[in-house]
Amino acid sequence: MSQTATQVRPGGGGTPARTRRPPAREGRWLAWLFLAPAGVVLLALVLWPIVYSVWRSLFDRSGRAFIGLGNYQRIFTDADTFTALKNNLIWVLVAPALVTVLGLIFAVLTERVRWGTAFKLIVFMPMAISFLAAGIIFRVVYDQDPDRGVANAVVTGVHDVFSSSAQYPGARPRDADALPPAAAGGYATADTVEPGSTVPLPLVGVEGDALPEDPSAAQAAGEPAADAITGTVWFDFARGGGGAPGEIDDNESALPGVVVQALRDGEVVAEATTDDQGLFVLEGLDPGGYQLALPAGNFAQPFRGVSWLGPDLVTPAIIVAYVWMWAGFAMVLIGAGLAAIPRDALEAARIDGANEWQVFRLITVPLLAPVLTVVLVTMIINVLKIFDLVYIIAPGSSAQAANVIAVQMWSVSFGGAQDFGLGSALGVFLFLLVLPAMLFNIRRFRQEQQ
Amino acid sequence: MSVATGGGAATVPETVETQRPPKRVTGPLGGWGSRITAFLNRGLVSVVLTLIAVFWLLPTLGLFFSSLRSAQDNTASGWWNALTAPAQLTLDNYQNLLSNEGMVNAFFNTVWITVPATVLVVVLASLAAYAFAWMDFPGRDWLFIVVVGLLVVPVQVALIPVAGLFGDLGIYGTRLSVILFHVAFGLPFAVFLLRNFFAGVPKELLEAARMDGAGEWRIFRSVIMPLGLPAIASLGIFQFLWVWNDMLIALVFADSSAAPLTVALQSQARQFGSNIDVLATGAFLSLVVPLVVFFSFQRYFEQGVLAGSVK
Repeated sequence: MSQTATQVRPGGGGTPARTRRPPAREGRWLAWLFLAPAGVVLLALVLWPIVYSVWRSLFDRSGRAFIGLGNYQRIFTDADTFTALKNNLIWVLVAPALVTVLGLIFAVLTERVRWGTAFKLIVFMPMAISFLAAGIIFRVVYDQDPDRGVANAVVTGVHDVFSSSAQYPGARPRDADALPPAAAGGYATADTVEPGSTVPLPLVGVEGDALPEDPSAAQAAGEPAADAITGTVWFDFARGGGGAPGEIDDNESALPGVVVQALRDGEVVAEATTDDQGLFVLEGLDPGGYQLALPAGNFAQPFRGVSWLGPDLVTPAIIVAYVWMWAGFAMVLIGAGLAAIPRDALEAARIDGANEWQVFRLITVPLLAPVLTVVLVTMIINVLKIFDLVYIIAPGSSAQAANVIAVQMWSVSFGGAQDFGLGSALGVFLFLLVLPAMLFNIRRFRQEQQ
Repeated sequence: MSVATGGGAATVPETVETQRPPKRVTGPLGGWGSRITAFLNRGLVSVVLTLIAVFWLLPTLGLFFSSLRSAQDNTASGWWNALTAPAQLTLDNYQNLLSNEGMVNAFFNTVWITVPATVLVVVLASLAAYAFAWMDFPGRDWLFIVVVGLLVVPVQVALIPVAGLFGDLGIYGTRLSVILFHVAFGLPFAVFLLRNFFAGVPKELLEAARMDGAGEWRIFRSVIMPLGLPAIASLGIFQFLWVWNDMLIALVFADSSAAPLTVALQSQARQFGSNIDVLATGAFLSLVVPLVVFFSFQRYFEQGVLAGSVK
């Protein structure tokens, strides 16, 4: 858990509660009686363990040999632990800032629409669910297969809009002598072709699922203009058998979306894409001999989306899931701060001619600074201890790359290695990392009491 | 209820209640031109917020629809196909899950860990908070600063020693061990939250009770507890959600017969893909309770967040 001891009241203050406390009337022992149950639990399960962990971290795995700061040295030298440190640094630098900025934007924007409350509810909701459930949710989102994972479905969808050519991996010409492989990849005609002619380009080896859902029958090209070369690209394979090789038979499918180029001396001078009937027309050609080419792009494996949970992107991908969970928290805290800002100050600035951006930057944000600090500190503490999300989302193959201190602490102590020396050192190390936040909390609390 | 008279530390619910209704933003001159700009601005803001809302909802919807489709359908195609082919939707996964003894057992473990851990924290913290707020004893202010300091202690620094201690006591692996650890790490926040709220109770009420001859215990029970109910509700919801949603602590302390839903599901998640029907259904089952709590007590939840802390 991550907690920040403070009230969110920009410009707030007030009298300290303790000035109103009555003098003790009954024996002091009664106060201790009220405190005792909580005190015993805190002493036994929080305070003493901190001390013991510090002590235990100075011993080796078995707990018999004193090795001083050896375990702490291992934190910085061991490759796994060092990756964890690096990732924690990325987390701390990126996630809290992202959460705070998004929370600020959401809080400001929701004030301007009538359904702001509904929006707040939607964004706040993920905070109520567990890291585990959020982790499983995002495993589904990040599924590598674009047919299953919504992230890759969107990415491949956008990609396909911008590159409309269809792809037929594994397809090859029917007649390898007439259409041999080209030096630049793909295939090019062995002979040159004059404008005004018609060139059939039969392909075989097309995978079933590369064809369109309901493929049109291939059509023979009509007579071209004098400055054009036309032809058909089709799947020269008659379903159910029959059909002559190299001939367009009745039940053979057209291959739409294939890019056909006219080359002159190796330079592309015209390019066309086949239509639904497999027809292409290369126009505006000067008289002379041209090679027709089917560039390699036609035969490339289709774009299958981004490997979100691969070693390179796994940490940013998990950070997105984290932001999804916590932006609502920032939004609610900042929204409350925003509501406490005197409207008069904003109106006055507007009347003085300040535009919305200036009002936001010069008045809103400075007045919100205390709240923003609280959100940022809370998020930093929270992120330092991040465990479940990384543990659940990172698949085995990327677990190493996504490692963080809390996960490493669990793995070395309870995940098999049983190295309580290093585990204690990692626990103490985490404790030291949140120490500044603890001091921040205490200082802030004492200020509020005065 | 109003506790606005309290000090800065006693205004937990006030912050929310004084929230003003959003004010419309109009241009400085208020003429037609600026009204149109304002309208367009609002339109643009609406579009942006709608997109964000969709982005925020999609992941959860995905899990929900996945949980309603058969394993074969989920392997063959994305959950969104169920939107156009509602025939795919089935409750089979839920039926299978409910007949899965391990999962049902895990669900009840979650309940039997969460409820006692929540009740215990509320009771222990209320007692301590009352002492901090209204009783006099030496070192009170220093002790409370220790409590404030403990707010941010990471559980990692206590896992190993407490595991050893529980082993010595012979309770390692049981639900009790999980409950105790949750109580310990829930207490600092609970004491902090309640003490601040209790301190805001009007002094006159306590004085009057003392005049009537009520002792500390009676004041605690019949004045402070009823008046502190909103804060206790906030705390209860937080503690409930924190324990319900926890995985790490149960992963360390619970053996397989005491393991809650989160731990049972994480072992399934190790072979993600082949068992999406179990995983999605179980995850949805595990998040439905927090969501119900969230929507029923949303006000208290928000107040808890505003009281300055979240787990």
